[in-house]
Amino acid sequence: MTEPLIEMKNVETTDEAIIQMKGIEKHFGSVIALSGVSLDVVPGECHCLLGDNGAGKSTFIKTMSGVHKPSAGEIYFEGKPMNFARPRDAISAGIATVYQDLAMIPLMSVTRNFFMGNEPTKKIAGISFFDHDHANEVTMKEMKEMGINLRSPDQAVGTLSGGERQTVAIARAVHFGAKVLILDEPTSALGVRQTANVLATVDRVRKHGIGVVFITHNVRHAMAVGDRYTVLDRGKTLGTAKRGEITPEELQNLMAGGQELATLEGSLGGTV
Amino acid sequence: MSQTEQTPIATDERVKEMSDFHKALIRPELGSICGVILVFVFFFLTARDSGMFSPAGVLNWSIVSAQFIIIAVGACLLMIAGEFDLSVGSMIGFSGMSIALLSVSFGWPVWLAIIVTFVLCMAIGGLNGWLVIKTGLPSFIVTLAFLFILRGLTIFAAIATTRKTIIGGVKDVAEGDWLAPIFGGKVLTGLFQWMGDHGWIETFTRGTREGQPVVDGIPMLMVWALILVIFGHWLLTKTKFGNWIFASGGDAQAARYVGVPVNRVKITMFMFTAFCACVFATAQVMEFGSAGADRGLLKEFEAIISVVIGGALLTGGYGSVIGAALGAIVFGVVQQGLFFAGVESSLFRVFLGVILLLAVILNTYIRRMITGEK
Repeated sequence: MTEPLIEMKNVETTDEAIIQMKGIEKHFGSVIALSGVSLDVVPGECHCLLGDNGAGKSTFIKTMSGVHKPSAGEIYFEGKPMNFARPRDAISAGIATVYQDLAMIPLMSVTRNFFMGNEPTKKIAGISFFDHDHANEVTMKEMKEMGINLRSPDQAVGTLSGGERQTVAIARAVHFGAKVLILDEPTSALGVRQTANVLATVDRVRKHGIGVVFITHNVRHAMAVGDRYTVLDRGKTLGTAKRGEITPEELQNLMAGGQELATLEGSLGGTV
Repeated sequence: MSQTEQTPIATDERVKEMSDFHKALIRPELGSICGVILVFVFFFLTARDSGMFSPAGVLNWSIVSAQFIIIAVGACLLMIAGEFDLSVGSMIGFSGMSIALLSVSFGWPVWLAIIVTFVLCMAIGGLNGWLVIKTGLPSFIVTLAFLFILRGLTIFAAIATTRKTIIGGVKDVAEGDWLAPIFGGKVLTGLFQWMGDHGWIETFTRGTREGQPVVDGIPMLMVWALILVIFGHWLLTKTKFGNWIFASGGDAQAARYVGVPVNRVKITMFMFTAFCACVFATAQVMEFGSAGADRGLLKEFEAIISVVIGGALLTGGYGSVIGAALGAIVFGVVQQGLFFAGVESSLFRVFLGVILLLAVILNTYIRRMITGEK
């Protein structure tokens, strides 16, 4: 392949890693989506997972979050081997995933979205009720902390901007005790200001000691918040680099598979 | 970035203060509340002297409305969960026939026939849901198939066992049964007799029932309608499961990702719709004393129209049980009211088509308002 490969080290499995994925393979019939991907996440770091379209990023994080079962490979969560049968298992273990376009349901209120799948209940005369008062209170408080000013907790999520929706989803994951937060291209559909807000949120979450897996194909966004960078290409890990060990240009070239982009970039004046 | 974090966020100048009118407009029940008021004002002005608002008249359109309400509650919750059931009408025919065949032709006790029918119907409802989930096909197609399958089976079963498509005599076998009055009985008969004795309500002045009030009680059908509305409203808005119903219909995939058991919710709602159809059928069989293979024709559409008038979105994720009940009242009052007002009854269908169209247009507009689309 290409030259910059050498600059990236192979994955070192650290003892403190909260989640370790080793040699993950995933086959869909005759299609090999992943052929040996390894990655680990340390609490309090932002680990960026980069790769071009079709590199296997989505399949990989779906394996991590229990949507897909790996065809081969091992997953260790807090040092113990893990086998997630359903997304629910991963969620209860503390792995939360925020999907780009599937984070929120626009027709439902912010509160209903926030507590979706984790509804608080109170018993009145032996009958279990959704505790709306408590839920509204918590939602308003959490939103304020994240810098979103809600008109009322009954407000439909559809009235929020894309960045705000991502923020609500992240706040939700943190509130429900996520130890690993997987963000699937949270910034790809956002404007400049909203992107900045989401990146600030990622930074805040990281400081709470949560391990963040940040999936993107935008090198600049990765550079802004990442502590480590892993590049995927055609279902394989090209390697992992620490912050400061790699330049944005090198990352960009790795993602695109090398030289082709270099020539293309020349004609575009380095704007990609 | 850290600066923006610390500054307390003042009210966003781009968010306009919402007027009360706007707030009211995004409640799903609004359209049907207006509909109910309009319909009552209209008939009060045009059919006041026709006996529509006498006790017997009120009972007449209340029963019809209650019938619509019973099937509308099931259809409403299912629609909010993102699915349709077009087999409701056939299910009504099927369950009525099942009760009549088991009790009259096979000689089973009526209570056992009713219970077995309920179990059977809910199992078929569950099968509907399971097929929709497993095949990933639209529920429109799967339940359309069941519309024909159940209707065909009903006619076949009736003809194969009795060579008739109408089976009577249920009233006789239901005599003294403990479960039958829960569907076909009347409540508050004492109160109505007492009111009749005091001359507050009309009584018969001639014949064998002389001295008895014309309206001698509230049919259990109406009690069932009330119970189902209260239950449905409670389930949808006040429970955890209700949130799952909204989530499953709003975006099934997003709901799955946060751990909502979408499949279970949808299948349960299909079973609940079948349950409602079965309540309707049982009450009808107990009232008429017979079951017909063609009962319940077009009921699925009447249920869906009630729900849509009630403000629910055909695409799921939004709606209200109270709204659906009000929609059913509009439906029932207009159907019977046109009769009282002496209007040609074929015009009812014209009205139905027009109001359905208006309701869908209004709902789409409201949805845009909620989600802030342009």
